[in-house]
Amino acid sequence: MPQSEVKLLEVKEVEKIFSVKVGAFEKKDLHALNRVSFDIYKGKTLSLVGESGCGKTTVGKVILGLYQATKGEVIFRDEDIAELAPSKRGDIQKDIQMIFQDPYSSLNPRKKIKTILEQPLRIHTNMNKSERREALLSLCDDVGIDYSYLERYPHQFSGGQRQRIAIARAMILKPELILADEPISALDVSIQAQILNLMMDLQEKFHSTMLFITHDISVVKHISDYIAVMYLGEIVEYASKKELFKEPKHPYTKMLFSTVPDIHTPLATESVLKTGEIQSPIDLPKGCFFQNRCIYKKESCTLSHPELVDSGNNHMVRCPVVLK
Amino acid sequence: MALLEIKNLKTYFFTRNGVVKSVDGTSFSIEKGEILGIVGESGAGKSITAFSILGLIDPPGKIVEGEIIFNGRDLVKLDDDELQKIRGDEISMIFQDPQTSLNPVISIGEQMMEAILYHKKGVSKKEAYSACVEILKTVGLPAAQKRMKSYPHQLSGGMKQRVVIAMALLNNPKLLVADEPTTALDVTIQAQILYLMKKLSQEFHSALILITHDIAVVSQLCDKIAVMYAGRIVEYGKKEDIIFNPLHPYTKGLIECLPKLNDDRKRLYQIPGIMPSLLGLPKGCYFKDRCELADEQCDIYPPRQEIDKRIVFCHKVK
Repeated sequence: MPQSEVKLLEVKEVEKIFSVKVGAFEKKDLHALNRVSFDIYKGKTLSLVGESGCGKTTVGKVILGLYQATKGEVIFRDEDIAELAPSKRGDIQKDIQMIFQDPYSSLNPRKKIKTILEQPLRIHTNMNKSERREALLSLCDDVGIDYSYLERYPHQFSGGQRQRIAIARAMILKPELILADEPISALDVSIQAQILNLMMDLQEKFHSTMLFITHDISVVKHISDYIAVMYLGEIVEYASKKELFKEPKHPYTKMLFSTVPDIHTPLATESVLKTGEIQSPIDLPKGCFFQNRCIYKKESCTLSHPELVDSGNNHMVRCPVVLK
Repeated sequence: MALLEIKNLKTYFFTRNGVVKSVDGTSFSIEKGEILGIVGESGAGKSITAFSILGLIDPPGKIVEGEIIFNGRDLVKLDDDELQKIRGDEISMIFQDPQTSLNPVISIGEQMMEAILYHKKGVSKKEAYSACVEILKTVGLPAAQKRMKSYPHQLSGGMKQRVVIAMALLNNPKLLVADEPTTALDVTIQAQILYLMKKLSQEFHSALILITHDIAVVSQLCDKIAVMYAGRIVEYGKKEDIIFNPLHPYTKGLIECLPKLNDDRKRLYQIPGIMPSLLGLPKGCYFKDRCELADEQCDIYPPRQEIDKRIVFCHKVK
């Protein structure tokens, strides 16, 4: 990883295990995260890509403190916050903000927009009323929220506008790190482009750092600097955007690329049916987690679990078969 | 004769705040075995068009004008009992969210068999059962026999959507209407479901209407495309013509703003603004406030033009 860049957040060997009921008297471990490690550099965007159930949202929640990690460290400003609940995080909490997937459920329907946007300032700063108002209005200009919106309620807005409001709420404290969990997947295609552009503009303006979580690999191209592909709770490929888009290596990443709908490629062929579905994170297989969907599968894949290996240029891949 | 022909369909909702013209003068047709894609943003009237075909419009909504000619019969004029015989038999529908379109307290098998037993009198339970297992295998559901006894919560999203598709195909419908069938699914599962729908519609010779907001999905699957905006079709024609040579500024924008894998631009193209509320539509062309080409001419709603083998509504296209 490039040495010239400053690490803002380090995730080290984080594990998250949930205990779930599988029968009336039986409980089993669900491995949501298996030794996940990555760094986020100041001012850069890291994208986490993977299907539903791969643990990408869990990573976000661990960083935010909504879940406590079972094992491992999350280091933010030289402090391990992996096991700190939000209430014990003090000042750190205001520097990590989240944008949620669904703008319909993430805004309180009973509060006016101005109350929603002002709330973070009331909690985390000592600003007086007029200072808060000023901060609010200047942010509205940046995010493209009309002043008249402030007196309205969330139900009066469309999905795209609500997401703008949610972004404004996350930005109002000028956080160092923004976690964006599928911020555009609930939106129409024409609005997705607006929101992506807005997020890139804001990042440039406020020099904030972003962790962008998505299942759609086609959108990360525009917004990311680094990309981590996750599968069943672990990172299977990690590289800079340029490297990954030049040559995706892991079979799973290749599969993700091949299934993106595009107007210039015909519909995938029969082989797409063989790609199957992500398996349950309870009772994980002994060898490679991806073996049952993999077209490169060899006998060795069922025996031992592969490690994440650098294939050159900091392009990390968890698959010995394709690296040979 | 076309299998389904919609002529000047108008479905309005009479709400306290005024009349919402959800579908306002839509016309299109679909032949046997053809796939038609309807593209547009939320609120463009895509789903209401589909619901109108199946007679699923509830008050305060009403089909106020137009004809829906299916197999020579006007569906608008049929009463509920007659429609009920057609729905799920000759025309069936796949809804957006597989979580909510299956009944959570009835097993998959029972729900599926009901569709056959209701429409095909004289079919025994045993025959219905084996037909269901057969179709579950066709849609690629592993362990089909076992799944007949499962309840919806025991299946993943992709599996549920397969069950819903299987159920829609049970009576070998002449027309299948799919309303955003893959929006709730992952891209990998989406590719599988789309492939399956294309293959099955060919196998069963069903016509398919695919409703989606993603023009990339439509381009991969459809023969014809209708682009809807604020309740009206703005461009309608063959897929090749529309995707590779779009004429209406809105269609152009939709294609342009797709993120592309082989593209190095930093910023994405964006269509400015949002679709106007159906309660406060502008005078003239509905798209003019978001359109770069708009001028005074656009204060009158553009007439229907046939240019380059497609139908387009825009003053600026010559």
